[in-house]
Amino acid sequence: MASHYEAPIRKPLVLGDKGYHDVSVDIARPVEGKANKQWWIVFSIALVAFLWGVGCIIYTISTGIGVWGLNKTVNWAWDITNFVWWVGIGHAGTLISAVLLLFRQKWRMAINRSAEAMTIFSVIQAGLFPIIHMGRPWLAYWVLPIPNQFGSLWVNFNSPLLWDVFAISTYLSVSLVFWWTGLLPDFAMIRDRAIKPFQKKIYSLLSFGWTGRAKDWQRFEEVSLVLAGLATPLVLSVHTIVSFDFATSVIPGWHTTIFPPYFVAGAIFSGFAMVQTLLIIMRKVCNLEAYITVQHIELMNIVIMITGSIVGCAYITELFIAWYSGVEYEQYAFLNRATGPYWWAYWSMMTCNVFSPQFMWFKKLRTSIMFSFFISIVVNIGMWFERFVIIVTSLHRDYLPSSWTMFSPTFVDIGIFIGTIGFFFVLFLLYSRTFPVIAQAEVKSILKSSGERYKALRAAGQPLYTKPERGVIIEIEPEQEEVPEVVPQGQPVLQLLDRIGKFDIGSQIPDDLKKVKGIGPLMEKTLNKIGIFSFLQVSKMTENEYDLLDSITGSFPGRARRDDWAGQARKLINLD
Amino acid sequence: MKYTFSNRLKIGSYIAMALGLIMLIAGFMTTPANVEEAKAMVAASHDDGHGGHGDEGAAAVGHGDTEAHGGAHGEGEHAAGGHDAAHDEHVYHQLKNRPWSALYVAAFFFFMISLGVLAFYAVQHAAQAGWSPLLFRIMEGITAYLVPGGIIVFVILVLSVLHFNHLFTWMDAEVVEHDELLQGKKGYLNPTFFLIRAAIFLGGWIAYRQVSRKLSLAHDSADDNSNFKKKFRWSAGFLVFYLVTESMMSWDWIMSLDPHWFSTLFGWYVFASMFVSGITVIAMITIYLKSKGYLEEVNDSHIHDLAKFMFGISIFWTYLWFSQFMLIWYANIPEEVTYFVTRIEHYKLPFFGMVVLNFIFPLLVLMNSDYKRVNWFVIMTGIVILFGHYLDVFNMVMPATVGENWHLGIPEIGGILFFAGLFIFIVFNALTKEELTPKRNPFLEESRQFHY
Repeated sequence: MASHYEAPIRKPLVLGDKGYHDVSVDIARPVEGKANKQWWIVFSIALVAFLWGVGCIIYTISTGIGVWGLNKTVNWAWDITNFVWWVGIGHAGTLISAVLLLFRQKWRMAINRSAEAMTIFSVIQAGLFPIIHMGRPWLAYWVLPIPNQFGSLWVNFNSPLLWDVFAISTYLSVSLVFWWTGLLPDFAMIRDRAIKPFQKKIYSLLSFGWTGRAKDWQRFEEVSLVLAGLATPLVLSVHTIVSFDFATSVIPGWHTTIFPPYFVAGAIFSGFAMVQTLLIIMRKVCNLEAYITVQHIELMNIVIMITGSIVGCAYITELFIAWYSGVEYEQYAFLNRATGPYWWAYWSMMTCNVFSPQFMWFKKLRTSIMFSFFISIVVNIGMWFERFVIIVTSLHRDYLPSSWTMFSPTFVDIGIFIGTIGFFFVLFLLYSRTFPVIAQAEVKSILKSSGERYKALRAAGQPLYTKPERGVIIEIEPEQEEVPEVVPQGQPVLQLLDRIGKFDIGSQIPDDLKKVKGIGPLMEKTLNKIGIFSFLQVSKMTENEYDLLDSITGSFPGRARRDDWAGQARKLINLD
Repeated sequence: MKYTFSNRLKIGSYIAMALGLIMLIAGFMTTPANVEEAKAMVAASHDDGHGGHGDEGAAAVGHGDTEAHGGAHGEGEHAAGGHDAAHDEHVYHQLKNRPWSALYVAAFFFFMISLGVLAFYAVQHAAQAGWSPLLFRIMEGITAYLVPGGIIVFVILVLSVLHFNHLFTWMDAEVVEHDELLQGKKGYLNPTFFLIRAAIFLGGWIAYRQVSRKLSLAHDSADDNSNFKKKFRWSAGFLVFYLVTESMMSWDWIMSLDPHWFSTLFGWYVFASMFVSGITVIAMITIYLKSKGYLEEVNDSHIHDLAKFMFGISIFWTYLWFSQFMLIWYANIPEEVTYFVTRIEHYKLPFFGMVVLNFIFPLLVLMNSDYKRVNWFVIMTGIVILFGHYLDVFNMVMPATVGENWHLGIPEIGGILFFAGLFIFIVFNALTKEELTPKRNPFLEESRQFHY
């Protein structure tokens, strides 16, 4: 990869005094820890929304597409708007992981994992809409070119809708492979830290037997580059082909050549906005502020500003060329957008997508977390309106004024949309508790060049790593047999010892409790004071005993349970 | 180390300019003086059986499309009686346009190279790239051509407005009178506004070029980073200006040659062409200077990165070319598709040949990462890419101005030679002015240690 030298003027990408082990611990923490109350609340809300959406989908399929708000003039509206919106959001992931990889942007390492997860989850949401719109989703395989014996007529290769099937399924599969490849060393890290056998089993399956040999890494880097090379044209192709769905037609407002690059820019724009929304929350909830820094937020804001400006430039180009073309239908389509009955949608789109990102020119605003969060939501809304404007305003007043009409969504339309948002968040919330949400292996690879600790050491002219000197005997104070003078007394202690058994110092040999992960020298002393000296005692602990212990020691509540001291102790007994 | 303009190269550039000028003048001298002469010339060239015409048989059919290239004749004019006379008149104008078009295509092509480099240079600053500071002086040298190149293009546009030529048919008041569509566009396509816009575009670009050069040189002798920060801001501001003006420039200077035709993508398509040509020239000049023993600190990784950009932007250009072509071809709306009908009927070889040169060739040659580090390979590919993009401009301009009477003959080659000579003379002269490597830049050390 690129040289390891980094100009001192560059700001650190990993803040704080973080060494390699700290990175592992910080990133494994959400996976190893327990979910807090907020997580459960948000998860329940998302789940309810999801179930509501499932209900609406079942209602649609069992009753018919007639339950939607479509009519014979506006025969494509809500579903396709949502489809394009979700596909668009699904763009940032691969852009961040592939394009920014090719451009050697190291800051991507803090955000690529979540962005790719978001990509995959949102493409899943997008895929739902065409399948539901088929009316008979069990025949969805008919979009594949399979022989007629299976019941389909040979598919129409001239149709951009069919190209979409291939583009999106290719994109989904390559994104998934790319995501998983990056996950391998990180899953292996979680596996190696796991204590409980079940977790260890699962994560070793997920990590495909990653060992971290030099050969593993060499293949990993090679595969990453090849996949990045493959994924880059895919980033362009997916939304390009989505734009073809419209632009190959002869409908004024749809048929315009700028659509392909402009859709791609818009997709990246909305994708980054969604990444911003998700990560601003995640860095707070998972305590990842040292990795997803304000600088990361600022850089994402700049991407949002640039792509927003490109999209704005495209809007104005469309508007101008519609006038310049001299084609009256084209001119009317745009006049109708801006001043017709859907003017509010058009101006919401303009305000949200073109004007709001311009605030990011101000450093104060783009480094403000609250403001960034606000703008990211605004952009998400704006990009939904963009698709609504393009689709509905172009259709609702067609060539025949007698058939002009309006579109209004039914509760089913809205329900399905809300359902996909719920589904998306269900997946993302599950992901945030089970996956390493930051590509820690990659972050470690830039720690020396871009970590604050090492940058400071380098600036001070100190070596980045000092070996302990050889030949020096490190004196360890011989531990004195410390017979606790004051044994903590009281009801809980008696209760505890009652349940796990007493230890007779006179006749039995105490075990080295420090062998249990989670018990340090201090904790050992405390345990000794209570009267716990052997693995046997520890192994008998269950939930109740842990609670009792917590109530006695008062330090690190929940730690014993999390590290499964009893399980560890049982193993240690067997070893002895 | 300062660069000294080698005598051989200097003399070469003089010869190219002189030869080019002679050929251009010859081109102007051999234009027909009247309609009769034009008829004779066309007949003669048909007898030669020169192959560039594509499908000769289509010539008669193709005439129906003259609407597309020029719109010089209102539809009413095609009444059966006046048909032949109108046709001859038309051919006469096309032949008169030929040396002007040859001049304009070459002038624009070399101007666009330096504008593309300027955009690339601004991107390097706005993105705070660490690999490229060693190449900044090269880029500044190339953008030195922006001033004379821009002035030349502007002069040609002024001459068009003054009716020295008929490149832009909408500038002809008589044509507009008979053309409802052009009347509708009068608010935008009128000579005064056209020149004001051109002056604004050129003024803005040249201003950024001069300011950034000044800041770049001032930074070498400064002792803080204030110039660097100023340049960052100027670059970001310039890119916004450029985003808007580049599109408008392409509508004005090229798309309006076919005044009936329109494509929203056009501006970005032209951008891709100028960007890739510009980057290619940076790579070629860097390799040339290295071969002469300059730029010792520039290593193969820098060349590799430039070649990657050549590869990537070539594919990006193809993407835009395909998007524009496919959408118009697929929708098959007469007003729009006529643009490509003309090109496929009369420009088959340059039109599809350009796609081969600009896409298939760089794709195959630059795919392998080792090849991107082989200097002579990059030079060879660069020459092909530059010729391909010359053809691209050729295809954008010629069908509108000379129609089916196109050639790659004396005036065209003369135009290329003259502007290539001028470009080399100005660029290399500018390179001698300062050290080839910036003395200080916060990212200079990154660029020095750059290794891929």
